[in-house]
Amino acid sequence: MTERTWPLGDAAMLVELGSRIDTALNARCHALAAALEKRSGVREAFAGYSTVTVHYDPERTSYSALRAAIGKLLQTKPRVGPSGRLHRIPVTYDGPDLAESAQLLGMTIAELVALHAKPIYRVFMVGFVPGFAYLGPLPAALNLPRRRVPRTHVPAGSVAIAGEQTGIYPLPTPGGWHLLGRTSMPMFLPDNDPPSLLQPGDRVKFHPIGTP
Amino acid sequence: MSPTRAGLVESVLRVEKPGLLTTIQDLGRPGHRKFGVPPSGAMDRFALAAANRLVGNPEGAAALECALTGPTLLALQPCLVAVTGADFTPTVNGAKIPLWTGVYLPAGGRLSFAGRRSGARCYISVAGGLAASRWLASASTYLLVEKGGFEGRTLEAGDSLGLGAPAPRPLIAGRHLARRLRPDYSREPALDAIVGPHHARLSRASRSVAWKASFEVSRDADRMGFRLEGPQLEVTGSELLSIGLTAGAVQLPIGGQPILLMADHQTAGGYPVILAVTRAALPLAAQLLPGDRLSFREVSVTDAQQRWRAQWLGLDEIA
Repeated sequence: MTERTWPLGDAAMLVELGSRIDTALNARCHALAAALEKRSGVREAFAGYSTVTVHYDPERTSYSALRAAIGKLLQTKPRVGPSGRLHRIPVTYDGPDLAESAQLLGMTIAELVALHAKPIYRVFMVGFVPGFAYLGPLPAALNLPRRRVPRTHVPAGSVAIAGEQTGIYPLPTPGGWHLLGRTSMPMFLPDNDPPSLLQPGDRVKFHPIGTP
Repeated sequence: MSPTRAGLVESVLRVEKPGLLTTIQDLGRPGHRKFGVPPSGAMDRFALAAANRLVGNPEGAAALECALTGPTLLALQPCLVAVTGADFTPTVNGAKIPLWTGVYLPAGGRLSFAGRRSGARCYISVAGGLAASRWLASASTYLLVEKGGFEGRTLEAGDSLGLGAPAPRPLIAGRHLARRLRPDYSREPALDAIVGPHHARLSRASRSVAWKASFEVSRDADRMGFRLEGPQLEVTGSELLSIGLTAGAVQLPIGGQPILLMADHQTAGGYPVILAVTRAALPLAAQLLPGDRLSFREVSVTDAQQRWRAQWLGLDEIA
Protein backbone atom coordinates (compact mmCIF):
# COMPACT_ATOMS: atom_id res chain seq x y z
CA MET A 1 0.00 0.00 0.00
CA THR A 2 1.37 3.41 -0.90
CA GLU A 3 0.43 5.97 1.66
CA ARG A 4 1.13 9.68 1.48
CA THR A 5 1.65 11.91 4.51
CA TRP A 6 1.63 15.66 5.09
CA PRO A 7 1.99 17.82 8.17
CA LEU A 8 -1.25 19.36 9.41
CA GLY A 9 0.32 22.09 11.51
CA ASP A 10 3.09 21.30 14.00
CA ALA A 11 1.27 18.70 16.11
CA ALA A 12 -0.77 16.71 13.62
CA MET A 13 -0.33 14.90 10.33
CA LEU A 14 -2.58 13.64 7.56
CA VAL A 15 -2.08 10.11 6.22
CA GLU A 16 -3.83 9.36 2.93
CA LEU A 17 -4.39 5.73 1.99
CA GLY A 18 -6.56 6.42 -1.04
CA SER A 19 -9.11 8.81 -2.45
CA ARG A 20 -12.28 6.77 -2.87
CA ILE A 21 -15.33 6.03 -0.76
CA ASP A 22 -14.75 2.35 -0.22
CA THR A 23 -15.64 0.11 2.70
CA ALA A 24 -12.40 -1.90 2.73
CA LEU A 25 -10.26 1.23 2.44
CA ASN A 26 -12.19 2.91 5.24
CA ALA A 27 -11.83 -0.19 7.42
CA ARG A 28 -8.05 0.00 6.89
CA CYS A 29 -8.11 3.64 8.01
CA HIS A 30 -9.99 2.75 11.19
CA ALA A 31 -7.59 -0.14 11.87
CA LEU A 32 -4.58 2.15 11.37
CA ALA A 33 -6.10 4.83 13.61
CA ALA A 34 -6.76 2.27 16.37
CA ALA A 35 -3.18 0.93 16.13
CA LEU A 36 -1.73 4.45 16.21
CA GLU A 37 -3.72 5.40 19.28
CA LYS A 38 -1.87 2.67 21.19
CA ARG A 39 1.50 4.34 20.52
CA SER A 40 3.03 6.67 23.03
CA GLY A 41 3.03 10.25 21.86
CA VAL A 42 -0.16 9.84 19.83
CA ARG A 43 -2.96 11.84 21.40
CA GLU A 44 -5.71 10.94 19.00
CA ALA A 45 -6.11 9.41 15.56
CA PHE A 46 -9.14 10.34 13.47
CA ALA A 47 -10.06 8.01 10.63
CA GLY A 48 -11.70 9.74 7.68
CA TYR A 49 -13.04 8.03 4.54
CA SER A 50 -9.62 7.26 3.15
CA THR A 51 -7.32 9.16 5.51
CA VAL A 52 -6.15 9.24 9.11
CA THR A 53 -5.44 12.50 10.91
CA VAL A 54 -2.93 11.83 13.67
CA HIS A 55 -2.67 14.30 16.56
CA TYR A 56 0.66 13.84 18.32
CA ASP A 57 2.71 15.29 21.11
CA PRO A 58 5.93 16.61 19.55
CA GLU A 59 7.62 16.35 22.96
CA ARG A 60 7.18 12.57 22.85
CA THR A 61 7.36 11.62 19.19
CA SER A 62 8.10 13.22 15.85
CA TYR A 63 6.61 13.49 12.39
CA SER A 64 9.35 11.29 10.93
CA ALA A 65 9.09 8.63 13.67
CA LEU A 66 5.35 8.45 13.10
CA ARG A 67 5.73 8.23 9.36
CA ALA A 68 8.09 5.27 9.78
CA ALA A 69 5.69 3.60 12.23
CA ILE A 70 2.78 4.07 9.84
CA GLY A 71 4.73 2.45 7.01
CA LYS A 72 5.33 -0.60 9.22
CA LEU A 73 1.76 -0.79 10.48
CA LEU A 74 0.46 -0.78 6.92
CA GLN A 75 2.55 -3.81 5.99
CA THR A 76 0.48 -6.04 8.26
CA LYS A 77 -2.89 -7.14 7.01
CA PRO A 78 -5.62 -5.55 9.13
CA ARG A 79 -8.07 -7.70 10.99
CA VAL A 80 -11.54 -7.13 9.61
CA GLY A 81 -13.78 -6.13 12.46
CA PRO A 82 -17.40 -7.25 12.74
CA SER A 83 -19.91 -4.93 11.09
CA GLY A 84 -21.61 -2.59 13.51
CA ARG A 85 -25.21 -2.12 14.57
CA LEU A 86 -27.99 -1.60 12.05
CA HIS A 87 -30.02 1.55 12.75
CA ARG A 88 -33.44 2.03 11.13
CA ILE A 89 -34.10 5.76 10.87
CA PRO A 90 -37.53 7.20 9.99
CA VAL A 91 -37.33 10.19 7.62
CA THR A 92 -39.96 12.68 6.52
CA TYR A 93 -38.88 13.68 3.02
CA ASP A 94 -39.96 17.33 2.90
CA GLY A 95 -36.62 19.17 2.90
CA PRO A 96 -36.17 22.63 1.35
CA ASP A 97 -33.79 21.26 -1.31
CA LEU A 98 -35.84 18.18 -2.23
CA ALA A 99 -37.53 19.61 -5.33
CA GLU A 100 -34.43 21.42 -6.58
CA SER A 101 -32.25 18.35 -6.05
CA ALA A 102 -34.69 16.16 -7.96
CA GLN A 103 -34.69 18.67 -10.79
CA LEU A 104 -30.88 18.91 -10.85
CA LEU A 105 -30.66 15.12 -10.87
CA GLY A 106 -33.26 14.82 -13.61
CA MET A 107 -35.74 12.68 -11.70
CA THR A 108 -39.02 12.98 -9.85
CA ILE A 109 -39.18 13.58 -6.11
CA ALA A 110 -40.62 10.09 -5.66
CA GLU A 111 -37.69 8.57 -7.55
CA LEU A 112 -35.21 10.58 -5.48
CA VAL A 113 -36.81 9.47 -2.22
CA ALA A 114 -36.95 5.84 -3.30
CA LEU A 115 -33.30 5.87 -4.38
CA HIS A 116 -32.11 7.60 -1.22
CA ALA A 117 -33.98 5.24 1.09
CA LYS A 118 -32.98 2.06 -0.75
CA PRO A 119 -29.39 1.26 0.32
CA ILE A 120 -28.03 0.18 3.67
CA TYR A 121 -25.38 2.84 4.25
CA ARG A 122 -22.14 2.45 6.18
CA VAL A 123 -20.99 4.95 8.82
CA PHE A 124 -17.60 5.89 7.39
CA MET A 125 -16.80 8.37 10.15
CA VAL A 126 -18.34 10.66 12.73
CA GLY A 127 -17.21 14.25 12.61
CA PHE A 128 -17.97 17.86 11.72
CA VAL A 129 -20.06 18.39 14.89
CA PRO A 130 -20.92 15.98 17.73
CA GLY A 131 -22.84 13.01 16.40
CA PHE A 132 -22.66 13.84 12.67
CA ALA A 133 -22.18 10.54 10.82
CA TYR A 134 -20.88 10.50 7.27
CA LEU A 135 -22.88 7.80 5.51
CA GLY A 136 -22.31 6.24 2.12
CA PRO A 137 -21.82 5.33 -0.52
CA LEU A 138 -24.72 7.23 -2.03
CA PRO A 139 -26.10 5.81 -5.33
CA ALA A 140 -24.21 7.44 -8.20
CA ALA A 141 -27.48 8.80 -9.62
CA LEU A 142 -27.80 11.04 -6.53
CA ASN A 143 -24.40 12.71 -6.66
CA LEU A 144 -24.58 16.49 -6.45
CA PRO A 145 -21.75 18.88 -5.56
CA ARG A 146 -22.07 20.77 -2.26
CA ARG A 147 -24.12 23.95 -2.39
CA ARG A 148 -22.03 26.84 -3.65
CA VAL A 149 -23.03 29.02 -0.72
CA PRO A 150 -23.44 27.02 2.50
CA ARG A 151 -26.52 27.74 4.63
CA THR A 152 -25.73 29.55 7.88
CA HIS A 153 -28.44 27.59 9.67
CA VAL A 154 -29.46 23.99 9.05
CA PRO A 155 -32.07 22.63 11.50
CA ALA A 156 -31.20 19.65 13.71
CA GLY A 157 -32.44 16.36 12.27
CA SER A 158 -32.00 17.43 8.63
CA VAL A 159 -31.21 14.53 6.31
CA ALA A 160 -28.92 15.70 3.54
CA ILE A 161 -26.75 14.64 0.61
CA ALA A 162 -23.51 15.90 -0.97
CA GLY A 163 -21.26 14.13 -3.44
CA GLU A 164 -21.26 10.41 -2.65
CA GLN A 165 -22.30 11.10 0.93
CA THR A 166 -25.45 11.35 2.96
CA GLY A 167 -25.87 12.33 6.59
CA ILE A 168 -28.06 13.70 9.36
CA TYR A 169 -27.35 17.07 11.00
CA PRO A 170 -27.48 16.32 14.76
CA LEU A 171 -27.54 19.99 15.83
CA PRO A 172 -28.52 23.31 14.31
CA THR A 173 -25.33 24.31 12.48
CA PRO A 174 -24.18 25.89 9.25
CA GLY A 175 -24.02 23.40 6.39
CA GLY A 176 -23.45 23.09 2.67
CA TRP A 177 -25.32 19.86 1.90
CA HIS A 178 -28.68 19.51 0.13
CA LEU A 179 -31.52 19.04 2.60
CA LEU A 180 -33.89 16.27 1.53
CA GLY A 181 -35.83 15.62 4.73
CA ARG A 182 -35.73 15.30 8.50
CA THR A 183 -35.82 12.77 11.30
CA SER A 184 -36.79 13.15 14.94
CA MET A 185 -34.35 10.46 16.08
CA PRO A 186 -31.61 12.12 18.19
CA MET A 187 -28.09 11.62 16.83
CA PHE A 188 -26.21 13.51 19.57
CA LEU A 189 -26.43 11.84 22.99
CA PRO A 190 -24.75 14.30 25.35
CA ASP A 191 -25.01 12.10 28.42
CA ASN A 192 -23.36 9.09 26.77
CA ASP A 193 -19.67 8.49 26.20
CA PRO A 194 -19.22 8.36 23.26
CA PRO A 195 -21.93 10.99 22.77
CA SER A 196 -22.96 9.79 19.31
CA LEU A 197 -25.78 7.36 18.39
CA LEU A 198 -23.96 6.29 15.22
CA GLN A 199 -20.47 4.80 15.44
CA PRO A 200 -17.98 4.15 12.66
CA GLY A 201 -18.76 0.77 11.08
CA ASP A 202 -22.47 0.93 11.99
CA ARG A 203 -25.07 0.60 9.21
CA VAL A 204 -28.04 2.85 8.53
CA LYS A 205 -31.28 2.31 6.64
CA PHE A 206 -33.67 5.21 6.04
CA HIS A 207 -37.43 4.61 6.12
CA PRO A 208 -39.66 7.23 4.46
CA ILE A 209 -42.63 8.19 6.62
CA GLY A 210 -45.53 10.50 5.95
CA THR A 211 -44.13 11.68 2.63
CA PRO A 212 -46.56 14.29 1.33
CA MET B 1 -7.43 26.79 55.79
CA SER B 2 -10.02 24.15 56.42
CA PRO B 3 -10.96 22.07 53.41
CA THR B 4 -14.42 22.60 52.02
CA ARG B 5 -16.98 20.08 53.15
CA ALA B 6 -17.52 17.22 50.77
CA GLY B 7 -20.14 18.02 48.17
CA LEU B 8 -20.05 21.75 48.84
CA VAL B 9 -18.28 24.18 46.59
CA GLU B 10 -17.11 27.27 48.38
CA SER B 11 -18.06 30.38 46.42
CA VAL B 12 -15.19 32.72 45.79
CA LEU B 13 -16.50 35.23 43.27
CA ARG B 14 -19.92 36.60 42.47
CA VAL B 15 -20.64 37.79 38.95
CA GLU B 16 -22.09 41.32 39.12
CA LYS B 17 -21.79 41.97 35.38
CA PRO B 18 -21.04 39.06 33.09
CA GLY B 19 -19.35 40.82 30.16
CA LEU B 20 -20.32 40.13 26.58
CA LEU B 21 -19.26 36.49 26.27
CA THR B 22 -17.54 35.10 29.35
CA THR B 23 -17.08 31.33 29.58
CA ILE B 24 -15.13 28.88 31.71
CA GLN B 25 -12.35 27.26 29.68
CA ASP B 26 -9.32 25.06 30.23
CA LEU B 27 -6.75 23.58 27.84
CA GLY B 28 -9.42 21.60 26.04
CA ARG B 29 -11.13 18.30 25.52
CA PRO B 30 -8.83 16.16 23.38
CA GLY B 31 -9.57 12.62 22.28
CA HIS B 32 -13.18 13.03 21.15
CA ARG B 33 -12.82 14.39 17.64
CA LYS B 34 -13.80 10.97 16.30
CA PHE B 35 -17.29 11.55 17.71
CA GLY B 36 -17.42 15.02 16.26
CA VAL B 37 -16.50 16.77 19.52
CA PRO B 38 -13.98 19.58 19.03
CA PRO B 39 -11.12 20.20 21.46
CA SER B 40 -12.62 23.52 22.66
CA GLY B 41 -10.70 25.12 25.55
CA ALA B 42 -9.09 28.55 25.56
CA MET B 43 -8.71 30.24 22.18
CA ASP B 44 -5.43 31.72 23.50
CA ARG B 45 -4.05 28.67 25.30
CA PHE B 46 -0.84 30.40 26.28
CA ALA B 47 -2.67 33.25 28.03
CA LEU B 48 -4.85 30.78 29.96
CA ALA B 49 -1.84 28.67 30.98
CA ALA B 50 0.09 31.79 32.04
CA ALA B 51 -2.86 33.10 34.06
CA ASN B 52 -2.94 29.81 35.92
CA ARG B 53 0.79 29.67 36.59
CA LEU B 54 0.72 33.26 37.90
CA VAL B 55 -1.59 32.20 40.72
CA GLY B 56 0.14 28.87 41.39
CA ASN B 57 -2.34 26.64 39.54
CA PRO B 58 -1.61 23.80 37.14
CA GLU B 59 -1.53 25.19 33.60
CA GLY B 60 -4.81 23.57 32.61
CA ALA B 61 -6.96 24.66 35.57
CA ALA B 62 -10.40 26.06 34.74
CA ALA B 63 -10.37 29.86 34.28
CA LEU B 64 -12.48 32.53 32.58
CA GLU B 65 -12.23 33.54 28.94
CA CYS B 66 -13.80 36.96 28.32
CA ALA B 67 -14.42 38.15 24.78
CA LEU B 68 -14.46 41.89 23.98
CA THR B 69 -15.50 43.08 27.44
CA GLY B 70 -14.59 41.90 30.90
CA PRO B 71 -16.96 41.01 33.74
CA THR B 72 -17.35 42.66 37.13
CA LEU B 73 -16.52 40.14 39.83
CA LEU B 74 -17.02 40.61 43.57
CA ALA B 75 -14.67 38.64 45.87
CA LEU B 76 -16.68 36.74 48.50
CA GLN B 77 -13.45 35.73 50.21
CA PRO B 78 -9.83 36.79 49.85
CA CYS B 79 -8.33 35.33 46.69
CA LEU B 80 -5.50 35.62 44.24
CA VAL B 81 -6.30 36.39 40.62
CA ALA B 82 -4.38 37.06 37.42
CA VAL B 83 -5.52 38.68 34.17
CA THR B 84 -3.72 37.86 30.92
CA GLY B 85 -4.24 38.06 27.16
CA ALA B 86 -6.09 41.09 25.81
CA ASP B 87 -5.90 44.43 27.62
CA PHE B 88 -9.40 45.42 28.74
CA THR B 89 -7.93 47.73 31.43
CA PRO B 90 -8.41 45.55 34.52
CA THR B 91 -9.01 47.34 37.83
CA VAL B 92 -9.47 46.34 41.47
CA ASN B 93 -11.80 48.68 43.34
CA GLY B 94 -11.29 51.19 40.53
CA ALA B 95 -7.49 51.19 40.60
CA LYS B 96 -5.68 49.84 37.57
CA ILE B 97 -3.87 46.54 38.05
CA PRO B 98 -1.11 45.12 35.89
CA LEU B 99 -1.75 42.37 33.33
CA TRP B 100 0.22 39.09 33.50
CA THR B 101 0.62 39.49 37.26
CA GLY B 102 -0.82 37.73 40.31
CA VAL B 103 -3.01 40.23 42.21
CA TYR B 104 -4.50 39.89 45.70
CA LEU B 105 -8.23 40.50 45.86
CA PRO B 106 -9.52 41.10 49.40
CA ALA B 107 -12.97 39.95 50.48
CA GLY B 108 -15.40 42.59 49.17
CA GLY B 109 -12.93 43.67 46.48
CA ARG B 110 -14.18 44.16 42.94
CA LEU B 111 -12.35 43.12 39.80
CA SER B 112 -13.74 45.07 36.86
CA PHE B 113 -12.63 46.35 33.48
CA ALA B 114 -12.52 49.96 32.31
CA GLY B 115 -12.57 49.22 28.58
CA ARG B 116 -10.86 47.40 25.78
CA ARG B 117 -7.50 48.82 24.74
CA SER B 118 -6.24 45.94 22.61
CA GLY B 119 -6.90 42.31 21.79
CA ALA B 120 -10.07 40.24 21.73
CA ARG B 121 -9.95 37.83 24.68
CA CYS B 122 -8.69 38.16 28.22
CA TYR B 123 -8.29 35.39 30.76
CA ILE B 124 -8.94 35.52 34.50
CA SER B 125 -7.55 32.83 36.76
CA VAL B 126 -8.15 32.31 40.48
CA ALA B 127 -5.80 30.47 42.81
CA GLY B 128 -7.27 26.99 43.25
CA GLY B 129 -8.91 27.11 39.80
CA LEU B 130 -12.63 27.45 39.17
CA ALA B 131 -15.15 24.76 39.94
CA ALA B 132 -16.82 23.67 36.72
CA SER B 133 -19.07 21.01 35.33
CA ARG B 134 -16.89 18.67 33.36
CA TRP B 135 -18.01 17.08 30.12
CA LEU B 136 -15.91 14.33 28.54
CA ALA B 137 -13.10 15.03 31.02
CA SER B 138 -12.83 18.79 30.42
CA ALA B 139 -14.17 21.93 32.07
CA SER B 140 -14.29 23.82 28.74
CA THR B 141 -17.60 25.36 27.84
CA TYR B 142 -18.82 24.16 24.44
CA LEU B 143 -21.72 26.49 23.72
CA LEU B 144 -23.02 24.66 20.65
CA VAL B 145 -24.15 21.74 22.81
CA GLU B 146 -24.41 23.66 26.11
CA LYS B 147 -21.95 21.42 27.92
CA GLY B 148 -19.01 21.95 30.29
CA GLY B 149 -17.94 25.01 32.25
CA PHE B 150 -20.73 26.89 34.03
CA GLU B 151 -23.84 24.85 33.18
CA GLY B 152 -22.70 24.84 29.56
CA ARG B 153 -23.40 28.56 29.14
CA THR B 154 -21.90 32.03 29.30
CA LEU B 155 -21.81 33.67 32.72
CA GLU B 156 -24.77 35.75 33.85
CA ALA B 157 -25.19 38.38 36.55
CA GLY B 158 -25.76 36.72 39.91
CA ASP B 159 -23.76 33.56 39.18
CA SER B 160 -21.47 32.42 41.99
CA LEU B 161 -18.15 30.88 41.03
CA GLY B 162 -16.63 28.25 43.29
CA LEU B 163 -13.09 27.02 43.65
CA GLY B 164 -12.13 23.75 41.98
CA ALA B 165 -9.59 23.01 44.73
CA PRO B 166 -8.49 24.78 47.90
CA ALA B 167 -6.21 27.69 46.96
CA PRO B 168 -2.54 27.01 47.72
CA ARG B 169 -1.62 28.98 50.88
CA PRO B 170 -0.12 31.43 51.49
CA LEU B 171 -1.49 33.47 48.58
CA ILE B 172 1.55 35.00 46.94
CA ALA B 173 0.70 38.09 44.91
CA GLY B 174 3.10 39.75 42.50
CA ARG B 175 4.23 36.79 40.41
CA HIS B 176 4.81 38.22 36.95
CA LEU B 177 5.50 37.17 33.38
CA ALA B 178 8.11 39.44 31.83
CA ARG B 179 7.03 41.40 28.75
CA ARG B 180 9.58 39.67 26.49
CA LEU B 181 7.98 36.30 27.32
CA ARG B 182 4.46 37.34 26.32
CA PRO B 183 3.06 36.71 22.83
CA ASP B 184 3.75 39.56 20.44
CA TYR B 185 0.07 40.48 19.98
CA SER B 186 -0.73 42.78 17.08
CA ARG B 187 -3.72 43.91 15.02
CA GLU B 188 -1.82 42.80 11.93
CA PRO B 189 0.24 39.75 12.82
CA ALA B 190 2.21 37.54 10.46
CA LEU B 191 1.18 34.08 11.62
CA ASP B 192 3.68 31.22 11.39
CA ALA B 193 2.11 28.53 9.25
CA ILE B 194 3.03 25.20 7.69
CA VAL B 195 2.27 24.18 4.12
CA GLY B 196 -0.92 22.11 4.21
CA PRO B 197 -1.87 18.81 2.57
CA HIS B 198 -3.72 20.46 -0.30
CA HIS B 199 -1.39 23.39 -0.90
CA ALA B 200 -0.39 21.89 -4.23
CA ARG B 201 -3.99 22.27 -5.40
CA LEU B 202 -3.65 26.06 -5.33
CA SER B 203 -3.13 27.58 -8.75
CA ARG B 204 0.42 28.84 -9.30
CA ALA B 205 -0.67 32.45 -8.87
CA SER B 206 -2.70 31.70 -5.75
CA ARG B 207 0.23 29.85 -4.21
CA SER B 208 2.29 33.00 -4.03
CA VAL B 209 -0.70 35.19 -3.12
CA ALA B 210 -1.56 32.97 -0.13
CA TRP B 211 1.80 33.72 1.47
CA LYS B 212 2.08 37.37 0.46
CA ALA B 213 -1.41 38.77 0.83
CA SER B 214 -2.95 40.33 3.87
CA PHE B 215 -6.36 38.96 4.85
CA GLU B 216 -9.03 40.72 6.87
CA VAL B 217 -10.88 38.95 9.66
CA SER B 218 -14.55 39.16 8.61
CA ARG B 219 -17.61 39.64 10.82
CA ASP B 220 -18.03 35.89 10.64
CA ALA B 221 -15.45 35.15 13.35
CA ASP B 222 -16.16 33.19 16.50
CA ARG B 223 -14.80 30.34 18.61
CA MET B 224 -15.37 27.91 15.70
CA GLY B 225 -13.27 29.82 13.24
CA PHE B 226 -12.61 33.04 11.34
CA ARG B 227 -13.79 33.57 7.80
CA LEU B 228 -11.10 35.66 6.12
CA GLU B 229 -11.51 38.18 3.32
CA GLY B 230 -8.83 38.99 0.81
CA PRO B 231 -7.73 38.16 -2.67
CA GLN B 232 -9.65 35.24 -4.13
CA LEU B 233 -7.62 32.03 -4.01
CA GLU B 234 -8.14 29.33 -6.61
CA VAL B 235 -7.82 25.59 -6.19
CA THR B 236 -7.97 23.02 -8.92
CA GLY B 237 -8.90 19.35 -8.91
CA SER B 238 -11.87 17.27 -7.93
CA GLU B 239 -13.89 17.52 -4.72
CA LEU B 240 -12.11 16.03 -1.73
CA LEU B 241 -13.37 13.47 0.74
CA SER B 242 -13.76 14.88 4.24
CA ILE B 243 -10.71 14.59 6.48
CA GLY B 244 -10.08 15.05 10.19
CA LEU B 245 -9.20 18.65 11.02
CA THR B 246 -7.30 20.56 13.66
CA ALA B 247 -7.32 24.07 15.11
CA GLY B 248 -5.10 26.30 12.98
CA ALA B 249 -6.01 24.57 9.72
CA VAL B 250 -6.86 27.03 6.95
CA GLN B 251 -9.56 25.65 4.67
CA LEU B 252 -10.45 27.04 1.29
CA PRO B 253 -14.16 26.69 0.48
CA ILE B 254 -15.52 26.95 -3.04
CA GLY B 255 -15.89 30.74 -2.86
CA GLY B 256 -12.10 31.16 -2.53
CA GLN B 257 -12.14 32.98 0.83
CA PRO B 258 -10.22 31.02 3.49
CA ILE B 259 -11.46 29.91 6.90
CA LEU B 260 -9.06 29.66 9.85
CA LEU B 261 -10.28 26.99 12.25
CA MET B 262 -10.20 27.81 15.97
CA ALA B 263 -10.90 26.01 19.28
CA ASP B 264 -14.51 24.90 18.66
CA HIS B 265 -13.77 23.93 15.05
CA GLN B 266 -15.66 21.35 13.05
CA THR B 267 -13.72 18.12 13.43
CA ALA B 268 -14.02 17.03 9.80
CA GLY B 269 -14.46 18.80 6.52
CA GLY B 270 -14.02 18.39 2.81
CA TYR B 271 -12.54 21.71 1.71
CA PRO B 272 -8.86 21.80 0.76
CA VAL B 273 -6.54 22.61 3.67
CA ILE B 274 -3.96 24.90 2.10
CA LEU B 275 -1.91 25.62 5.22
CA ALA B 276 -2.06 25.37 9.00
CA VAL B 277 -1.19 28.01 11.59
CA THR B 278 1.23 26.73 14.24
CA ARG B 279 0.40 26.23 17.90
CA ALA B 280 2.73 29.07 18.94
CA ALA B 281 1.00 31.48 16.53
CA LEU B 282 -2.60 30.62 17.44
CA PRO B 283 -2.61 32.94 20.48
CA LEU B 284 -1.92 35.84 18.08
CA ALA B 285 -4.90 34.79 15.97
CA ALA B 286 -7.09 34.39 19.07
CA GLN B 287 -6.62 38.09 19.85
CA LEU B 288 -7.91 39.33 16.47
CA LEU B 289 -11.26 41.01 15.91
CA PRO B 290 -13.29 41.57 12.75
CA GLY B 291 -11.48 44.25 10.75
CA ASP B 292 -8.02 43.21 11.95
CA ARG B 293 -5.67 41.80 9.35
CA LEU B 294 -3.33 38.84 9.21
CA SER B 295 -0.84 37.25 6.88
CA PHE B 296 0.90 33.89 6.81
CA ARG B 297 4.64 33.24 7.09
CA GLU B 298 5.98 29.84 6.13
CA VAL B 299 7.91 27.86 8.76
CA SER B 300 9.08 24.27 8.96
CA VAL B 301 7.49 21.75 11.32
CA THR B 302 10.63 21.52 13.45
CA ASP B 303 11.03 25.30 13.69
CA ALA B 304 7.39 25.62 14.68
CA GLN B 305 7.77 22.99 17.38
CA GLN B 306 10.89 24.74 18.65
CA ARG B 307 9.03 28.07 18.85
CA TRP B 308 6.17 26.49 20.79
CA ARG B 309 8.67 24.92 23.21
CA ALA B 310 10.44 28.26 23.72
CA GLN B 311 7.10 30.05 24.24
CA TRP B 312 5.91 27.63 26.91
CA LEU B 313 9.33 27.38 28.61
CA GLY B 314 8.82 31.07 29.32
CA LEU B 315 6.19 30.04 31.88
CA ASP B 316 9.00 28.57 33.99
CA GLU B 317 10.42 32.06 34.35
CA ILE B 318 7.38 33.29 36.24
CA ALA B 319 8.77 34.63 39.49
